[in-house]
Amino acid sequence: MSRGIWFGISIAIFFAAWEAVCRIFAVPPFILPPPSTVVVALWDLRESLLGVHLWATLKEVLLGLSVSIVFGVLLAFAMSMSKLIERLVYPYIVISQTIPIIALSPVFILWFGYDLSGKIAVTILFTFFPIVVNTYDGLRSTDQEMLQLIKTMGANRWQIFTKLQLPSCLPHFFSGLKVAATYSVAGATIGEWLGASEGLGYFGRRASGNFQAPALFASVLLLSVLGMLLFWLVGRIERQLSPHTKNKHQSSK
Amino acid sequence: MRDQLAFSQVRFSYSHTPILEDFDLRVKKGEFVSMIGPSGIGKSTLFQLIAGLLQPDQGEIRLGEARMDERLGQVGYMPQRDLLMPWRTIVENAALPLEIKGMSKKEAQQRVRQELPRYGLQDWADAYPAQLSGGMRQRVSFLRALLSGTDLMLLDEPFSALDGITRLDMQEWLMDKWQETGSTMLMITHDIDEAILLADRVIVLLGKPIRTPVELNVTIPRPRSVTSRNQPAFLALREEIWGLLRAEQTKLQLLGREAR
Repeated sequence: MSRGIWFGISIAIFFAAWEAVCRIFAVPPFILPPPSTVVVALWDLRESLLGVHLWATLKEVLLGLSVSIVFGVLLAFAMSMSKLIERLVYPYIVISQTIPIIALSPVFILWFGYDLSGKIAVTILFTFFPIVVNTYDGLRSTDQEMLQLIKTMGANRWQIFTKLQLPSCLPHFFSGLKVAATYSVAGATIGEWLGASEGLGYFGRRASGNFQAPALFASVLLLSVLGMLLFWLVGRIERQLSPHTKNKHQSSK
Repeated sequence: MRDQLAFSQVRFSYSHTPILEDFDLRVKKGEFVSMIGPSGIGKSTLFQLIAGLLQPDQGEIRLGEARMDERLGQVGYMPQRDLLMPWRTIVENAALPLEIKGMSKKEAQQRVRQELPRYGLQDWADAYPAQLSGGMRQRVSFLRALLSGTDLMLLDEPFSALDGITRLDMQEWLMDKWQETGSTMLMITHDIDEAILLADRVIVLLGKPIRTPVELNVTIPRPRSVTSRNQPAFLALREEIWGLLRAEQTKLQLLGREAR
């Protein structure tokens, strides 16, 4: 709770400083609009921003992220169960991390089209790897002594997987998912920049083309709020699924 | 009396380093046996052999009636670190071996809840391990090992991570539990006093590879308590074990010098 209050204070100071800089130095609004102007723009454009564009982006983000979760987790499982798959696939996962994803995005749009599927593909491109890598590392980092102990109890492979590997991998999966959740917004936005007829990225690009900086900032503001909400939501789900971490915080207070 | 555990002529090497050679060991049903030896001698390997995580290169290991190659799931193992799963509550942790044996979650937890009062843990049933003290966690670990449903318990330096006072408490507690459950216990320890206090028999592991364990009977009458450590018989035994271990240490050092 106190963390939330501090976050509020920090945000308030930030916006106040921004507003002050714009007014004191009389920065032209098309270069940097003060937050008050951005809020006004957000209010004026609320119908199209919230009704059309936010919804379109949200759809891409959620669909892309879902596909990444399903296939990322499955691939991580496959790699942890089969040495062969791990040997064949893991190098590419590491290499893929070194490729600037933004540079690949236009090709993805070309392959998957300028409609929804193209944006989802770019979102997957951004979110797939953090999920695979973290989930796999989590599965691999199982406590070896615990593994021996559960084996002495006569556990079979399935029991070892469900009772030990899966739960001990959960925190790793969620840290990957938190990264992926924020990346997913970036992914969808870039997908829209490259060609779209709706979405916050498309809206922002059009606004910047028309020198409507307040409208651009309004869309950016919504995108960052969307990212934060997703991040928060993932944290909520994590705490729900691993109550022991919640208790630890309580007892340490 | 029947042997609960019998090693006969067991030979085992770990990546070309011989650990056991023609090793014999007998533990009778209901007996409490301590094993002590210099560190790095391969006691953990011995435990892994007993638990079935490793198989002997030669010789045989009998558990109860029959020769058993599939010992996994037959021996209750209490490790040095408690190894409780942080995401499971106390009840869920203790119920793990029952679940693995195929009992339903509900039934397994019910069974554990019945046991908890005897371990002084009834108020902590739904707490997580991080909320418990080290001594309490080891009691959960003991209960979990016991619920593996076996007549042989392996205790691997179970109290070495605890502070001195808790350790004395837990030693007396373990003696009670042993008498109460009547199960066969085999404990590894580095602590000579602990080895003597708890056991009917102390096995001193010597040599590299371990070949001829020295067995010493502990004749101190039961029930014992921490104060039994002042009895002359206890002191004599402590001297004897200490002498054996020190001689071994010197021998190993000499061997090391020769090798250089």
